[in-house]
Order: sequence, then C-alpha cells, then structure tokens
Amino acid sequence: MLDLGGANAADGEILDAPLYGPRSYRVFGDDALAKHFLEISMGPHHPSTHGVFRMDVVLDGETVVRLKPVFGYLHRNHEKLAETMSWLAAIPYTDRLDYFCSMTNNWAYVLAVEKLAGIAVPERAEYIRVIVGELTRLVNHICLAGFLLADLGALGTPLLYAFREREKILDIFEEISGARMMCNYMRFGGVRVDLSPEALQKIHRIAERFPFFLDEFEALVSRNEILLSRCQGVGVLPRHLAVNAGVTGPMLRASGVDYDLRKVDRYGIYDRFEFRVPLGEHGDVYDRYMVRILEMRESVAILRQALAQIPEKGEIMNPQAKLRNLRPKPGEIYSRIESPKGELGFYLISDGGPCPYRYRVRPPSFINLTVLEDMCLGQKIADVIVIFGSVDIVLGEVDR
Amino acid sequence: MFGLELLRGLAVTARNLIGSYFSGDRMVTVQYPEAARPTPENFRNFPFLVYDERPEELRCVACKICEKECPPQCIYIEQRRDEKGRPIKQPEVFDIDLAVCMSCAICVEVCPFDAIKMDHQFDHPTDNRFSGLLADKWKLARSNQYYHSIRPAEAAEVDARLAAEAAKKAKPAK
Repeated sequence: MLDLGGANAADGEILDAPLYGPRSYRVFGDDALAKHFLEISMGPHHPSTHGVFRMDVVLDGETVVRLKPVFGYLHRNHEKLAETMSWLAAIPYTDRLDYFCSMTNNWAYVLAVEKLAGIAVPERAEYIRVIVGELTRLVNHICLAGFLLADLGALGTPLLYAFREREKILDIFEEISGARMMCNYMRFGGVRVDLSPEALQKIHRIAERFPFFLDEFEALVSRNEILLSRCQGVGVLPRHLAVNAGVTGPMLRASGVDYDLRKVDRYGIYDRFEFRVPLGEHGDVYDRYMVRILEMRESVAILRQALAQIPEKGEIMNPQAKLRNLRPKPGEIYSRIESPKGELGFYLISDGGPCPYRYRVRPPSFINLTVLEDMCLGQKIADVIVIFGSVDIVLGEVDR
Repeated sequence: MFGLELLRGLAVTARNLIGSYFSGDRMVTVQYPEAARPTPENFRNFPFLVYDERPEELRCVACKICEKECPPQCIYIEQRRDEKGRPIKQPEVFDIDLAVCMSCAICVEVCPFDAIKMDHQFDHPTDNRFSGLLADKWKLARSNQYYHSIRPAEAAEVDARLAAEAAKKAKPAK
C-alpha cells in the first residue's frame, strides 16, 4: 500500500468520533489542500475507457500515485451460461467475448472441443481458419492503432482510415459467414461455409493492397513528432514484470520476450508458414504500437502463403463430426491460441453429458490489464489514457 | 527538422481527401438510406418459416429441435392437435422473440426439414417493444419464392435435395 500522507489519518479521526452527539468539524485551509491528494473516478462512461470501465485514480498534482481498476459492468455470466447449454450453442456466445475478433474466439473454443472429443479437421478448413484468423488480426491491430491515436488526441482521421480498411475485411466476413462481427463461423470439425472463388479473390486483393495502406498509415503518424514525444518512454512495462504477471500477446513481445503461441504451440497448421515475430526493446507505448504494426506485415505474409497453398477443392467439414448431441468422453482440456490480444485459452471439463461440466475462459485482455497500475504509477494523468489504450482490451472479454 | 513529419502526415491526408473523389478504395461509404450497399447472399438477420403452397401449410413439422438448440431460447413452439388430441405435424404456435434472437442461425443449421431460414430484412421498426417484437407464425411465414429471391443459390440446392428425398421416399412404395 502506498503511504497517502496525512490524508488517511485525518479521515480516521473523524470516523472514530462518536456517531451521536455534538460534532466538531475541521476546515482545511489552502495550505492543507496542498498536502492532500485528489482522488478522481475516471469512467465508467469516460469516452476513452473503450467501454464501461472505471479507474479510481489518486493524483498528486498531475502525477498518478495510485490507480485501481474497477470493472464488471459488462458481466454477462458467459461461463456459467455456457455450462447450461449444449456444446454447439456456446459458439455464438464466444463471438461476444472479444467482439472485434469473433473468428479467433470461435477458433479457440472449437479447437478445445476438437482436442477434447478427438475430432480431425480437413485440410482446406485448416487453411480457411488460418486465413480468417490472420484477417482478424489485421482488423484488430489496425483498429487498435486507430483507437490509440484517438486517445492521443488524433481524433478521427487515423481511426477512420483504419476503419475504412477494416470495412473491406468485414465485407468478406459478411459474405462468408453472414454477419460482420458476430461471425459464428467455425464448427467442431471444420468451418460452416466454404470460401467462394470471389471471396478468395477479395482476400488476395487485401493481401496485395494492405501493405500499401500500412505504408501510408505509417507515413501519416509513425514518426510524427507529437506521437514520439507522447509515446516514447511512457508506460514502460519491464520484462520481468510482464512475464511474472502472465501478460501475453503483443504487449509481452513489446517488452522483448519472444513468445508467440503460433511459434511455440504451432496449433492448427502454423508450422507450414514462414513468418517472423517482431519484438520491442523498451516496452513502452511506442513499442507496443510498432510491434502491432510489424505484426500486421507478418500477418500479410502468412495470408499470402496460405492463399498460395490452400487446396483448390476439398472437404470443409469432417463428415464424422456431429453438429447436435455432441457428448465428448469424460475428461478435461486446456487449449490455447494466439488471439490478436494474447493467449486466449479455454479450459473445459466434460462429464460425458450434453453440456460442458466446467467452462472457463482465459481472457488475454483481462490478464494484460492487471499490470495497468504498475505502468501508470508516476506518470501524468493524461498519459494514463494512452497507456490504457496501448493495452488493447475489449471489455466484453474482460468482464465476460 | 521539427515539424517535417507533421507535414508528411498532412500530405497523406490531402492524398486521401482528393483520392476519395476518384478511388473506390478510399471511399467505401454510401449515403444511406438514399443508397444502400448490396446485401451478400449469406447475410443473416432474423429467421423466417418457409411454406411451399399456402401459408397455413408450413414446412415446419413442430419437431422442436430448433427450440431446444436455440442458444438464447427465443423460440416457442406448440404442436397442433386434432379433435381427439392426436398430434398433427404442424405448429399451432410458433413464436420468435426478435428482441432476444441473436441471429446466430443455429436453428437453420439444425433444422432437418429446411423449414426455417434466415431473412435479409434487418429493419423491424415498431412502437411497441413487447408485442411489436414478438413474431408469431403468420408474421414469420414466407413463401419459397421469397426464399429463392433472397438466396437463389442456396434455395436451388435445398429444392434439389428435397426433390431427391421425395423421390427416394416414393420409390419403396411402388
């Protein structure tokens, strides 16, 4: 606990006074105010909190001396809800965890169930999963860059450029799955709809054009003097703290730890692709921004390889896989994937029944958020917003 | 030089501003509702019930599989019965609470009779948020022609499959 100076002691005296009877009040003068900290509540409806999230911040002047995250406003009982319904019916609910990346959420869940029930996935479906997964990574990272810049005060322009590119990818998602964000696309043993040649053509075009957009986006902001001075050296997350706190994803890699589940676990067919893992050195906000930009370039490289290797025709669903009445053998599984925000894991226990006995999500946003106070201490209040934006959270996943 | 990168960024903005008048890649929005983007065939919003000839004779046989599988439990079905109480393969009541439906299309996937499909219509304005958003089977019924008009490829596939099943059923009887 931080020593809050005389403030606590003075409060304690008042509380210890008898409740009934005459009371004496002390009035603080200007000199007393100078010694006192200011506690403010940022959120839950603050526009920069990316949802309904509250930060209880204690300030000394403009410097943060304590920060307490308060969340749970968006709690929807996802885990318990999934335990009351069939294995299949939980898939559309996983869309609503991290609603920017519904494809990877689906993937994490169906991968866990496939491992639990021993369901094989056809070759073409594996490639489709990689393609939509990497498209999701592009959507998430480019939007994060836009939101981060909006938090910095670059209102509108970079965010809308990012959303323009996201729109092109969401159009593809809509064409193949029927919905732009709540895709509900993957099933145990494959995917629901095949990629049409036209959709593949559109993805080819994305893979071709996206690097040019990234060049333009970087010319717009990456070396901008204001961005550099606001981001560099701000919100440093030391390497040991990142590892000890269980931080994953681009945040961990920005602190210089080479840990990417696509390389470590090689789930799906990621062992067939050549790609590099960008690492940061300083672990500040700017590193987290640049790691994501560089990751998008690697995602485009994976997309190109997947588009070149994908089989022309083939099954997209394992014919043996059951849609309804799935009853995996009793057992437990923890399965994880590298979602755009970090390690998204599902821990499932089956008792052989029609619904999961235990269903637990390891949400990357939530665990990455635990180091928020450590990054913010000693920083200015205006930087809290920037640091918070660089964590890349979605409250749907934090609160579940 | 300080400020050089600011100018470079402004050049990008200018390029986008001018480019939005010429390039479809830089201008992706339309002026809704005067103009609307085309809806892809796979687009899904709320379910509807398919009938072949008359709205009274839905394809639905009230097997209640969709009611059981629906994740938010927004479907309510009652089977029709004749005077003696024997079940008839038709729903007496088929309600979908559109306020609860989350458009996941799992009802469509699990339906063995191709009786429920997803609609393209996404605007359901109403001045009553309770009964206005509760769709009964008369509100949900759509003809097979309508299904063909919104999803030509999928509907043709379904029709071919149903015809093949009917032919298969007719054969052993001969």
